[in-house]
Amino acid sequence: MKKDSLIASPFMLWVLIFTIIPLGMVCWYAFTDASGAFTLANIETIGTYWVYLKDSLVMGAVATLLCLVLGYPVAYIMSRASWGAQQTMMMLLMLPQWMNFLLRTYSWMTILENNGLINTLLGKIGIGPFQMINTKGAIILGMVYNFLPYMILPIYSVMEKIHESLFEAARDLGANRYNTLLRVVMPLSLPGVITGITMVFVPSVSTFVISQMLGGGRNMLIGDVIERLFVGAAPNYNVGAALSLVLMVLILISMAIMKKFDDGEETGGLMM
Amino acid sequence: MSLIKNFSAASAALLGGCVLMSENIISLKNISVSFDGEVVLDKLNLDIKDGAFVTLLGPSGCGKTTTLRIIGGFQEPDSGDVFFGSERINDLPAHKRKLNTVFQRYALFPHLNVYENIAFGMRIQKKSESEIRAKVDEMLKLVSLEGFEKRRTSTLSGGQQQRVAIARALANDPRVLLLDEPLGALDLKLRQEMQVELKRIQSRLGITFVYVTHDQEEALSMSDTIVVMNHGVIQQIGSPIDIYNEPENGFVADFIGESNIVDGIMHADCDVEFCNTRFECVDTGFAKDEEVDVVIRPEDIVVVPKEESGLRGTVTSVTFKGVHYEMYVDVPGEEEEWIIQSTVAQEEGKEIGMTVDPENIHIMKKYTGDYASDIEFA
Repeated sequence: MKKDSLIASPFMLWVLIFTIIPLGMVCWYAFTDASGAFTLANIETIGTYWVYLKDSLVMGAVATLLCLVLGYPVAYIMSRASWGAQQTMMMLLMLPQWMNFLLRTYSWMTILENNGLINTLLGKIGIGPFQMINTKGAIILGMVYNFLPYMILPIYSVMEKIHESLFEAARDLGANRYNTLLRVVMPLSLPGVITGITMVFVPSVSTFVISQMLGGGRNMLIGDVIERLFVGAAPNYNVGAALSLVLMVLILISMAIMKKFDDGEETGGLMM
Repeated sequence: MSLIKNFSAASAALLGGCVLMSENIISLKNISVSFDGEVVLDKLNLDIKDGAFVTLLGPSGCGKTTTLRIIGGFQEPDSGDVFFGSERINDLPAHKRKLNTVFQRYALFPHLNVYENIAFGMRIQKKSESEIRAKVDEMLKLVSLEGFEKRRTSTLSGGQQQRVAIARALANDPRVLLLDEPLGALDLKLRQEMQVELKRIQSRLGITFVYVTHDQEEALSMSDTIVVMNHGVIQQIGSPIDIYNEPENGFVADFIGESNIVDGIMHADCDVEFCNTRFECVDTGFAKDEEVDVVIRPEDIVVVPKEESGLRGTVTSVTFKGVHYEMYVDVPGEEEEWIIQSTVAQEEGKEIGMTVDPENIHIMKKYTGDYASDIEFA
């Protein structure tokens, strides 16, 4: 026992420095006022910012759903391809990730701008221009584009482990492709889907870079609000910390619901 | 209803399946398959009678599993035709074929419990819940797993998982059940129990079983018909007794049980010479002085005092095997030592004489392949 805790000590130290202390500081700021006295006033300001929070949750959910719809088939195709093809597809998926996140988002700005790539091309055939930049749609596009790999990879890694014999067993028992997908692949890939949703939803809800660059400051998300409260013209660490905490709790709750769903499938014997 | 069922099952058993077995349910005609230029099946022809327990037996790489996968629809032959009854089913996809498979590693669905695994096929056919429940109960009873409905498959032992796999396959009322080395992962005791069980299930349901194995004992104890394969070619088709007593060539003889296989010369009908000794045998129809393989089962060799036989050798090792002793005998002029099985042990180092009854000397055409290395492959 003693030996075990000794082995774990570097990890515990790491957790202390990078998780517990920062979290403690956020909590301390959130529940104190400028003079350092305890207060709930910071938490109560959430009412003022509710509209941004709601927008963030809705747009994050839409982006996550789009990632799932786009990513699931890709993960399925990848997992059933030959080994060589899998490697190639993985490479193509990861390649853009090696470029800077800001750079990738900037390039979307030049594509979506009023006199950007798309509108210029559309103008040549006499259509448009359309307002694309600085819309909610542009922000969701940015989220989907940037976070799609985090949906594909966990689903792919779970699907890839589904043994070929299960596909054969399903076919043997009379299942066509559709039935195999519905009754075997989907339930077995659920843990990957849950992980994927988490990995896309969390950064989508809390992003501020994407909304600033593609939303043009007109579509503020909760991430933008928090950022301004920390580094803006009139900083207020206490309210910023309180909003971060509320956001964190909301994300934790949604994750818990997802997890519950996953567990339910695991133990629930009778499907459909 | 159950009375009629019982009666028909009983009568089928009484008739030894003669009536049921009169028609071919599966026919393979000139099937050839190669993977990456390597021939796996070479113009294979095989008829499987309705209601029979047919075993495809051979070393790994002999094409037996490929044959099964072609019947199941998981492998397309490069050429040749597959018939189900009189219907050509080459282009019928696996999920539409009226047969089911018990897979080598069970392939149970890990996200479903025992009940839902067995119900899988019926759910796809959209059968009613009451119908499904009745069938699952019947199947669980058949494989002696009552009360396991709610268990997750991962909590079951290998033998139990195997039973679920069998129940799942049989729940769709297939006319043919394909079994791909289903007992390979079980220990000896359990394997023997399951052999008896499978045979019981097969005769009770009266459906055709096509069973793949590399275990000759398994094949001998369960099958109506054994198909011995090697290098994608059928070596012999016959009843277990035929295959054991009258192997058609050295490969079959060596693969089915232990055998002493020596070079011989057929001087005339019923007159063979091997180990520089002339023996009387019962085989006829060979050319004069034709070179042949002589096969003698270890249990058919009778040990006599050395003065009483021209065939002599020195005992090099004696091993107690339970029912009998297994002895290796060095025979002068022979490359390989002979194996003798006898209930009486001899001393190591002793020179003994050996005789064989004429009907226990099996003469066969020379096998061109190297059966020793073929079998080590298994």
